[in-house]
Amino acid sequence: MSTVFRPYVPSSQRSDRSARDRLRHRQKIKDSIRDNIGDILAEESIIGRDRDKIIKVPIRSVKEYRFIYGENSPGVAQGDGQQKPGDVVQQGDQDGKGQGGKGGDQPGVDAFETDITLEELIAIMFDDLELPELERKALKEVVSEDARKRKGHRRAGIRPRLDKRATARNRARRWMSVRRSREMGPDGEKPRFPFHEDDMRYYHIVPTTKEASNAVIFCIMDTSGSMGTVKKYLARSFYFLLYQFVRQKYANVEVVFIAHHTEAKEVSEEDFFHKVESGGTYISSGYKKALDIIEDRYHPSLWNVYAFHCSDGDNFYSDNERALQAAEELCKVCNLFGYGEIKPSGSAYYSGSMLEVFGQIKAENFHMITIEKKEDLWEGFRSFLMKDKASGVSAHGKVFGGSEGAASAAP
Amino acid sequence: MSHAIDELSVWDERILELVHKYGLNCYPQEFEICDHNEMLGYMAYTGMPSHYPHWSYGKSFERQKTMYDYGVSGLPYEMVINSNPCLAYLMRDNSLLLQVLTIAHVYGHNDFFANNFTFTSGTKAQHVLQSFKSHAQRISSYQEDPSIGIEAVEAMIDHAHAICYQRSRNLAIKQLSQEQQIVRAWERSQPPADPWREIHPTPEYTPPNLTRVPAEPQENILEFIAKYNPYLPEWKRDILTIVDAQTQYFMPQMDTKIMNEGWASYWHHKILNELNLPQGMHIEFLVRHNQVLRPHPGGLNPYHLGFVLWHDIERRWNQGDTGKEWSDDKPPTSEGITDENDTPGRKKIFEVREADRDQSFLRRFLTREIMEDLNLFQHERRGKDRVVTKIASEDGWKEVKENLIKSVGTGSIPVIKVEDADFGKNRTLYLKHYHDGRDLQLEYAEHTLKHVTAIWEREVVLETSINGKESLLKIVGDSLKIERL
Repeated sequence: MSTVFRPYVPSSQRSDRSARDRLRHRQKIKDSIRDNIGDILAEESIIGRDRDKIIKVPIRSVKEYRFIYGENSPGVAQGDGQQKPGDVVQQGDQDGKGQGGKGGDQPGVDAFETDITLEELIAIMFDDLELPELERKALKEVVSEDARKRKGHRRAGIRPRLDKRATARNRARRWMSVRRSREMGPDGEKPRFPFHEDDMRYYHIVPTTKEASNAVIFCIMDTSGSMGTVKKYLARSFYFLLYQFVRQKYANVEVVFIAHHTEAKEVSEEDFFHKVESGGTYISSGYKKALDIIEDRYHPSLWNVYAFHCSDGDNFYSDNERALQAAEELCKVCNLFGYGEIKPSGSAYYSGSMLEVFGQIKAENFHMITIEKKEDLWEGFRSFLMKDKASGVSAHGKVFGGSEGAASAAP
Repeated sequence: MSHAIDELSVWDERILELVHKYGLNCYPQEFEICDHNEMLGYMAYTGMPSHYPHWSYGKSFERQKTMYDYGVSGLPYEMVINSNPCLAYLMRDNSLLLQVLTIAHVYGHNDFFANNFTFTSGTKAQHVLQSFKSHAQRISSYQEDPSIGIEAVEAMIDHAHAICYQRSRNLAIKQLSQEQQIVRAWERSQPPADPWREIHPTPEYTPPNLTRVPAEPQENILEFIAKYNPYLPEWKRDILTIVDAQTQYFMPQMDTKIMNEGWASYWHHKILNELNLPQGMHIEFLVRHNQVLRPHPGGLNPYHLGFVLWHDIERRWNQGDTGKEWSDDKPPTSEGITDENDTPGRKKIFEVREADRDQSFLRRFLTREIMEDLNLFQHERRGKDRVVTKIASEDGWKEVKENLIKSVGTGSIPVIKVEDADFGKNRTLYLKHYHDGRDLQLEYAEHTLKHVTAIWEREVVLETSINGKESLLKIVGDSLKIERL
């Protein structure tokens, strides 16, 4: 019986045996994120962050369930002799985490957490929506005429379009020929040899058409006194989702914030979420403002317009008719127009609702949702975008303006 | 820093000499030199050179790697597999002393594997590596089978893993077949032999239920389902069998953690002290030894507890301090014995390493004095906190000891048995939790029940006790329903 020593074989010469199982584990984590995306998004840690910042989201690892003992099972541990009955050895909810207690035998929280970036999370979110690639493209087909491109050179032009490289090359070419004619060796003393006007070359710019991917999001919010903190938080979460979604699809996304009570004004993001107004509500005022801005700055043939309005549904009765009309107008110019009524549970049912009023809107690209709690956000958002998918074909090729646009609302 | 194999062989020969001198009875030993990455890989797959694939091993790898990368936990110096020949890994970057220490430690484990009854009755050491390899090949073949595929196989393994530890713990106890159980049930139902039967009134007789399956409650749930679910295709049945067989291999390791690590530590300590290490190495040995064996306040270090107990047993038997329960007519003594191997203490520990498992080991040899020395205490949940409830004092030590015994090794796994495979004449599987004061964790119970349901393919119910109330857990629709019994 003699002992065998097997020499070291470098990892590089062995197969990475756990590679496939690690991959499967990663996929499992992604699946579990997808299944719980509503809960994850409802966490305040995600919403309310700076949108461009990449953050990390802790995800519980995939659990392996077994029959195990619960919390009333006593444990035995070794102390330093100072312990006496009644001492607290572990506080609060940190069961199973590292120090203290008998971590190993308690189920508690699985200490291992996986980080994913916000970007990854959003990618998973939109995978979950299962929007086919084709339709994402269809939405980009809006043509922008603003674009220009370089095409060839001209001998004359304005200074900013000077092609320095071509100009310098011309000068060098001229210098070579001059040198040859003067029969100077390469070592000869260099006379001054300035640029000549004939050397100058300018870019020629031609207008071109380009598939634009511009989108603008109109965030319209009721800032009247009845919109409390909870409601605003829900609204903000929704806008966050919308922004992330639209940003994925378009290269250039702008956001317009419109706050309204009885009158509307365009505000900064900061003011939009933090300024509290008081008074009553004319919903129509917000829509009118949006229509004005669209006409001014975001012509729908160049811009994909998404508008979403959050309100608690309290509106002056006399305004309902006007609001309905304005909403119909908005439908005609928007890819998607949504109305979200925020009714946190516990809020009174006797407060008004616009759902009935807006229920009369027949446009395909109009969608209403009700948000009662954080968990509704994802479902609401999902159904909102499903609408986008359904109306995707009709959403482009529309013409701005009242009656002309009417036909475009039909599929 | 890696060491030439020749150098290690020289040390190994010296160690082996001592191993033989002390009468350790080992399998042939093989060492493989690996780096830290390979070690992480082996750890994820419980040391096996080949093992069937499953995502949980990927999870385990990632967890180990994260902890290692962030310095939360180091790597074990050694990893050793219960097989014949015994296979162990040495990390090439360890210092020479660590390699020597590890080699000595591994021989301790090797001897324990080869002699302890849990291992000798539960596993066939010469076939271990081969059987793991064949399991891996079978599982891979199912995964590659186009009519089955990776996902179905993975789901099946998920289900099987959920209940794989619900099996008999003591592998030395022979499992009776259904027929043998029926015979036993009938025999038990017969009135005891009575020479005065003629004049005694006829005793009341209740006929045994001989048609029930299982005749006696069954602890091996996987095996039971594989046998009694008639609708399982062969590949599913095979996966259940494979997972069950592999779990059986790990049961002895779970059940002898304290003894096994203590035994290996006892021997590395003894051997290294006799190697006449150069001074530098000797100091490093003391440092490393204390690192491994230091107590973990707030936890329980099995190396430490085992090491202390083995030394205590040897001391007590040499001094005749065997305690009331164990005293012979004449207390043993080491006086006048010149060969160390013949001292009663040494003989006793060899006997114990063969015949005990952690639970009996602690019950028999954990004395109040040691518990006080180690400052053992019991903690329980009070509200949100964990609170010290008992310490190893005059009135508390017995309870602390009982609870320690309950929670070591397989004691931390609830005992759940199949009572009836045709409950309500409906092919409902009736499981019963043998409650010992500890409730089940209900979230886990719910999901585990779903796993059982998935392989039994009919309703599964579980009888247990929640906060002292007898209850029946059922899965209705997709959620857990608790009925009071």
